[in-house]
Amino acid sequence: MAHKAAESVVRMRIMCRNTVGFLLVLCGVFAMAAGQASAAGNTIKVGIIAEMTGTFADHGKEMMNGIKTYMMQHGDSVAGKKIELIVKDTGGPNPDVAKRLAQELIVKDKVDILAGFGLTPNALAVAPIATEAKKPVIILNAATSIITTKSPYIARVSFTLAQVTAPMAEWAYKHGIRKVYTVVGDYGPGHDSEAAFKKAFTKLGGQVVGDLRVPMKNVEFGPYMQRVKDAKPEAVFVFVTSGELGIGIMKAYNERGMKQAGIKLITTGDVFDDAVMDALGDTPLGVISTHHYSADHKSPENAKFVADYKKVDSKLRPNFKAVHAYDGMAAIYAVAKQLKGDVSNGDKVMQALKGLKLNSPRGPIQIDPETRDIVQNVYVREAKKVGGKVYNVEFDTFNAVKDPGK
Amino acid sequence: MNDSHPAVAASPEAPATTENIMGTIRCENVLTGTSHLAFLQSRDRWKPAEMIFWASLVSVFFVFPTNLVFASQILITGLFALSLDLILGYAGIVTLGHAAFFGLGAYTAGLLAKYGWHEPLTGLIAAGLVAGIVGYLTSFFLLRGSDLTRLMITLGICLLLYEVANSATAFTGGVDGLGVEMDKLFNLFTFDLYGKTSYLYVLGVTFLLFAVTRSMMHSPYGLALRSFRDNPTRALAIGIPVNAALTNIYTYAAVIAGIAGALLTQSTQFVSLDVLSFQRSADLLIMLIIGGTATMYGGFVGAAVFLLAQDRLANINPQYWHFWLGVLLIVMTLYLRGGILGGLGRLTDLIARWRNKERT
Repeated sequence: MAHKAAESVVRMRIMCRNTVGFLLVLCGVFAMAAGQASAAGNTIKVGIIAEMTGTFADHGKEMMNGIKTYMMQHGDSVAGKKIELIVKDTGGPNPDVAKRLAQELIVKDKVDILAGFGLTPNALAVAPIATEAKKPVIILNAATSIITTKSPYIARVSFTLAQVTAPMAEWAYKHGIRKVYTVVGDYGPGHDSEAAFKKAFTKLGGQVVGDLRVPMKNVEFGPYMQRVKDAKPEAVFVFVTSGELGIGIMKAYNERGMKQAGIKLITTGDVFDDAVMDALGDTPLGVISTHHYSADHKSPENAKFVADYKKVDSKLRPNFKAVHAYDGMAAIYAVAKQLKGDVSNGDKVMQALKGLKLNSPRGPIQIDPETRDIVQNVYVREAKKVGGKVYNVEFDTFNAVKDPGK
Repeated sequence: MNDSHPAVAASPEAPATTENIMGTIRCENVLTGTSHLAFLQSRDRWKPAEMIFWASLVSVFFVFPTNLVFASQILITGLFALSLDLILGYAGIVTLGHAAFFGLGAYTAGLLAKYGWHEPLTGLIAAGLVAGIVGYLTSFFLLRGSDLTRLMITLGICLLLYEVANSATAFTGGVDGLGVEMDKLFNLFTFDLYGKTSYLYVLGVTFLLFAVTRSMMHSPYGLALRSFRDNPTRALAIGIPVNAALTNIYTYAAVIAGIAGALLTQSTQFVSLDVLSFQRSADLLIMLIIGGTATMYGGFVGAAVFLLAQDRLANINPQYWHFWLGVLLIVMTLYLRGGILGGLGRLTDLIARWRNKERT
């Protein structure tokens, strides 16, 4: 019996422990959940959903720099209303988090406009919310064609992969290149870029003599480049993520003497992004690329942008992502002016965004009234030394390019 | 919260045949048999604190109508953590690739919807089945080798699936993800912006699975699992069919993880590679350890604390919140042995002892 009594005491204690424990935890959880307040006023609320931490933290940083640069130049109020930014972090490609943040920003913080989205999955996940809540979403970076087709409330001020890839094919064909080998990273955007290049190049009459998909981690590009060299194409088209992979490709390209063999390296501007150019040193010299922005773009708007950007972030060279965010803010300011500060009606905002023209640091841009996607110039550039540093210097222009992916 | 039972922990009179352990304990074989049966029954009885826990989850629906999307994500993660608890906390299998099953479930539900099957409940069942089958097949790898081998095997399987999903762009959408549409639940309730339907849906499914799991873990089968975790040699010696028990529980945990993944797909109406990411497995492990292993509720508490802390800290500073999260984790693992539930248990113990002292 003593055994039993002792056991029941133990049991009692366990139960008591459980009860008190759970109550404490519950109190804590509820207290944490309750600590949220929102204030309304004479403001325009803009919710920014971006990748502020993790592998893609650069996206968030460059975007925020672009936004800050615009607000430094134009003040933090427009049409009598103060612009209030609410910044949220997705921590990388986390569509479920992005969707929740968008829902909370709309339902709790009552934002008027959503902007940001460096990565496609995050943007795609938010599309149904935009449609249901009738809130405008401005895409500041994500570059897959289909995004704007997923909701009538999505507009894009960045670019699409196909938009900058197809001109590369055209330029190559125009300059006598008929045989191209493609080397792309083995992931969604890589596959898209391969398809876009093939489509544009073969349509013109060119020939893609081979294609390679390379893994995204720990790659030794030597053997790949040797294979390309053996196929004897006139050019190799490359699309990989900027940074380490871009450097690896360049190194292998130089080591295998492909330039001497007469094989040109052509790529889109993503691979030799302005933000990584300083770190790459002389490696990219001579690379031909097509893109919609280079920090070296010659225009008074860009000169001012680059100078002011330096005040926001003295270490980073402004890149295309920063320009997207800058233009995104410009679009919001323009729409607010047009609607006299009342941006609460999503349909009206979308109406104002459609066909909107801006004079961006990258040149003239317009939001296509049909697709709500961006129409912009795409430049052909060559990596050259400018004042001791390597820049992508523009030397040819494709005017007002639409997204060929639609 | 270590309430492991004398019958399996240290009793030489324990029954020697498998049916006895796997089925009902034969009272006459065991010393003080009736007391043991009573013990098992009382363990299985729902305690007031548990009722409060579930009631409060229902009340969330009314108290925080604008936080329901977040609340459902916490619940889903909690369910996922429960599934990890089954194999880590109860059976003692260390895994770093539990997201494999979560991802399998998520993609099964997503692909079904992509190819025209939009009904949520059947999608859920299909996801559980697929994850369960893969769980069953891979469970045989786990029977070999020790902790380190298992860590590598589970990690490897998860990475493998990740790469498969990444390369099959046409099928899964690759890194761009896959947006899906769901039918109304029971043909009645649409999945709405405020997440009302999805919260109740997730809560219902979670509770159902929890109740089943709970009675399983409180049965002799649950005790057998623990005995193996605590002393494998002895468990074998007293005739517990260790391999079968491990295969069972691993498969069952995979089913639950698969259903959790499908719930996420259906409530977000989107699925992408991150469901299979290493980060997801690792975060889950952290949550479970924060909450407390082998406690049934540890996963839910850990998921709630981890995700809420993450959300609050990221709101305060969207750029450097990882630092504070790291500090929180270090402090918790150093000073909260047994996780939050374990820590609270010791705290209440202290209070009780202090009261007793005062009485005498």
